Amino acid sequence: MIVEDVLCPFCGCLCDDIRVEVEDDRITKVNRACRLGASKIRGHERIKAPMVREDGELVETSYEEAYRRAAQILYQAKRPLLYGWCSTVCEAHKKGILLAEEVGGVIDSTATVCHGPSIIGIEEKGLAGATLGQVKNRADLIVFWGSNPAEAHPRHSLRYSTNARGKFTEGGRSDKKVIVVDVRKTRSSKNADKFLQIRPGTDYEVISALRMIVGGNGDLLPERVAGISKDDLVDAAEMMKAARFGAFFFGLGLTHSRGSYKNIDNGLSLVNELNSHTKFMIMPMRGHYNVSGFGQVCAWETGYPMAVDFSRGFPYFNPGETAACDVLANGEADAALVVAADPASNFPRSVVEKLAEIPVVQIDPFENPTTLISDVVIPSAVAGVEVEGTAYRMDGLSLRMKKLVTSSYPSDEEVLDGIIEEVRRLGDDN
Amino acid sequence: MIIKGGIVYDPTNGIFGEEMDIFLDGGKVVEEAKGEEIDAQGLLVMPGGVDAHTHIAGTKVNTGRIMRPEDARSGLEPKTKILRPCTGYTVPNCYAIGYRYARMGYTTVFEAATPILEARHTHEELEEIPIVDKGALTLFGSNWEVLECVRDGDLDKLAAYVAWGLRASRGYGVKVVNPGGGEAWGFGGNVKGLDDPVPNFDTTPREIIRGLVKANEMLNLPHSVHLHTNNLGKPGNYTTALETLDIVKDIAPTRDRQVLHVTHMQFSSYGGTGWRDFKSEAPQIAEYFNRNDHVTMDMGQLIFGNATTMTADAPLEYSNARLLHAKWSNHDIELEESSGVVPLVYGRKMPINAIQWAIGLELALLTESPWKTLLTTDHPNGGPFVNYPEVITLLMSGAKREEEMATLHELVAKRTVLPTIEREMDWGDIAVMTRAAPAKVLGLAEKGHLGVGADADVTVYDLRPEKIDPARDHKRVKEALGRVKYTIKGGEVVVRDGEIVAVPRGRTYWVDASVPEKDAERVQADLVDKFDKYYSIQKSNYMVQDAYVTNPVVVKAGVI
Repeated sequence: MIVEDVLCPFCGCLCDDIRVEVEDDRITKVNRACRLGASKIRGHERIKAPMVREDGELVETSYEEAYRRAAQILYQAKRPLLYGWCSTVCEAHKKGILLAEEVGGVIDSTATVCHGPSIIGIEEKGLAGATLGQVKNRADLIVFWGSNPAEAHPRHSLRYSTNARGKFTEGGRSDKKVIVVDVRKTRSSKNADKFLQIRPGTDYEVISALRMIVGGNGDLLPERVAGISKDDLVDAAEMMKAARFGAFFFGLGLTHSRGSYKNIDNGLSLVNELNSHTKFMIMPMRGHYNVSGFGQVCAWETGYPMAVDFSRGFPYFNPGETAACDVLANGEADAALVVAADPASNFPRSVVEKLAEIPVVQIDPFENPTTLISDVVIPSAVAGVEVEGTAYRMDGLSLRMKKLVTSSYPSDEEVLDGIIEEVRRLGDDN
Repeated sequence: MIIKGGIVYDPTNGIFGEEMDIFLDGGKVVEEAKGEEIDAQGLLVMPGGVDAHTHIAGTKVNTGRIMRPEDARSGLEPKTKILRPCTGYTVPNCYAIGYRYARMGYTTVFEAATPILEARHTHEELEEIPIVDKGALTLFGSNWEVLECVRDGDLDKLAAYVAWGLRASRGYGVKVVNPGGGEAWGFGGNVKGLDDPVPNFDTTPREIIRGLVKANEMLNLPHSVHLHTNNLGKPGNYTTALETLDIVKDIAPTRDRQVLHVTHMQFSSYGGTGWRDFKSEAPQIAEYFNRNDHVTMDMGQLIFGNATTMTADAPLEYSNARLLHAKWSNHDIELEESSGVVPLVYGRKMPINAIQWAIGLELALLTESPWKTLLTTDHPNGGPFVNYPEVITLLMSGAKREEEMATLHELVAKRTVLPTIEREMDWGDIAVMTRAAPAKVLGLAEKGHLGVGADADVTVYDLRPEKIDPARDHKRVKEALGRVKYTIKGGEVVVRDGEIVAVPRGRTYWVDASVPEKDAERVQADLVDKFDKYYSIQKSNYMVQDAYVTNPVVVKAGVI
């Protein structure tokens, strides 16, 4: 059987044109996906059964027992952290938020170590955005800043940006100009008409210089800014102003270099100002396929897109205090639930050490370094391959993931339901 | 269930303040019923409230939440045994939306603008809004297929596309916002009037409006076209509004309703040549409505304090942001629309805001028939919907208006005629503007009234209409309107003494309109081409799946 128009559960591009061959309920071939996506759809070795840690060792147990143990850990904790959510569907996010309410916990997504600062920038300035198809049809100038789509979002160029063809961009790449700003040469910078190799940690200065030029104050600039000649900056700014439709995509190179959310604030301001000359949009290059979806669900359910603390009975949000790394680093979190993520690999080392000290419940189809510090491990079906559900593309477009094969594992949603039921039982008993 | 002894206002059935019992059974109003008795002796009873225009779900609403954490800091309500926690004032979370409408006695609310491409998101949020029945209007005014059909004068194909778009979005009606402007904004432009050409598409706003109104009537849709005019929010725009009302006058509606609903008219009733000589032209608009019966409007009343403006009129939002140095979000939607979100604060001492506030009230008070002027704040553009009790008391009490005007910028007295208006509305007028008329305008036969066969949605207010004078006791009236004695939804008590006591799921209305096969096929051929070349997703992944509308009411319409 061939399944057409499958959505890819890998990166924020959320490509929806994948063709998958299925025989005897097994995936035999994946076409059109990039290597990263194809590998995710094919899958790899799974956690076999639920496990709990006894005397330092993970030993297999039943799902019922695993739900009970997970519920006990979360229910007894004073300040449980519910973290992850980037690689599962929105239906699971809803259950996660409900569970966080029930246990009075803190819920946060992987955005906290990814585009969290971008969201804070958006809270300061708003975001002039567009769907990716708008970029494909109209953009004649593409900027990639601190982002290397050739390796992290391999199909972005062809489907949406530099090499895409649309109504007003029939010539594809030849109708467009490309500017890449990065601290080093990358595969993406090879595709650029103009490459600005800036000194690490100088993004804010360079954006400010561009804003000055766009605003007509370029004569105040020194001859070089952050290793870039003024001529090059003027040239880049003129390319931006001359565009009919400009698209500014930024990655973690901007979000996580010195300046953090202030860099984003500055980038958003540059784009706002460019809109008084031409049409310009800006978009974060979201990493995991549904990290954007968690922000959406969390916003409509709680009013905030991340880092929500339910300990007061109503949602409270203060990143710096209520983000995952904050409650761990401050030694507040006394238990954690990790769903569809791998904080042991992605958090700062000192924070991982704190995480290793507290009881951890993991829900994931696959083993990862977080499994090693988990006390309850609950394997689940792979969302977007074995379970259908909703995901949000990096531009905020909601799409429905397909189920390709059946699974003997419960979905993340079902696992969370099982834990919620046990938590409620504990609440009734006390 | 029996609601006993209430003083009933049911304008659709010609009942204005009669003491009578209401019988409910099986989710409907019936002739006779047994069971639970609700003591409403002497209390004001109306059908459940109907809001025909509010922004409560979808991308732009959530964009408002994401860019405004400061808004979520207000309106906090902790979780209870049956309630999810609530946040927000102008952009409340989904639960707060359902609970707050129910506490005001509203049981049906319609999201006013969703692009087809992003309708899945709209429905995800609508599904999370508890208690109330709902629906969403679908945006068509800058859609490429629409522009091409209008340009080619192919009304059959246009109607077939509208039918398909409603099905694809699980939408209820045709919404048109600043027609043509959303496409022009794709390259940073706008259209400046009814005959200003839409770039690259060789058509005009006039043709788009007329084309969609005709297609709407060919499909015999329950609701008329629902229009946000060109030039909205700009000084001097009342001429555009009057011209717009006139260009559909020759088109006959196929149902017993208006042929065009012009929404949040307050924002389209402006005089002057700029902000300096900005003034009200509401009397001219009201006069047009008094002389003509083919159109309806809603107020779009302004409320002082915080608002979050959000609209598919993206160029307007860009102007707002530049004018006010405010946060600005924009969101263009490929082949279909554009949109923007800008938070702002309306100030009593700001001359423009004070005049805008007066214009909304002038429109309602100067238009003789309440059936033509629905009560809205264009939530959250003019202000949040929780302020409906404030708006009602302003309409019912001249004394209240005078008290308010004394706190406003003095230009209100010079640039509007509000101080000279003596009209004080009665409960019958209010029941029309908040129940009967919105249901009729939307074409919801089982809503907005209490005749046999109507949905068992009833509001009982803690007010004794025979004892209280709303003109004088407006404080007491406002309090009671915000915290009803009972809200009954689908025959179930959901609010008692202002508290939510049950949280049923609401239903979602959408319209399935049939069209001739040959036209449907021509549309499909166009769409295959558009998805192949221009959309960023596959056609098979486009349409809203049934999983997102789990409790639907499918209204049939169409040409066959």
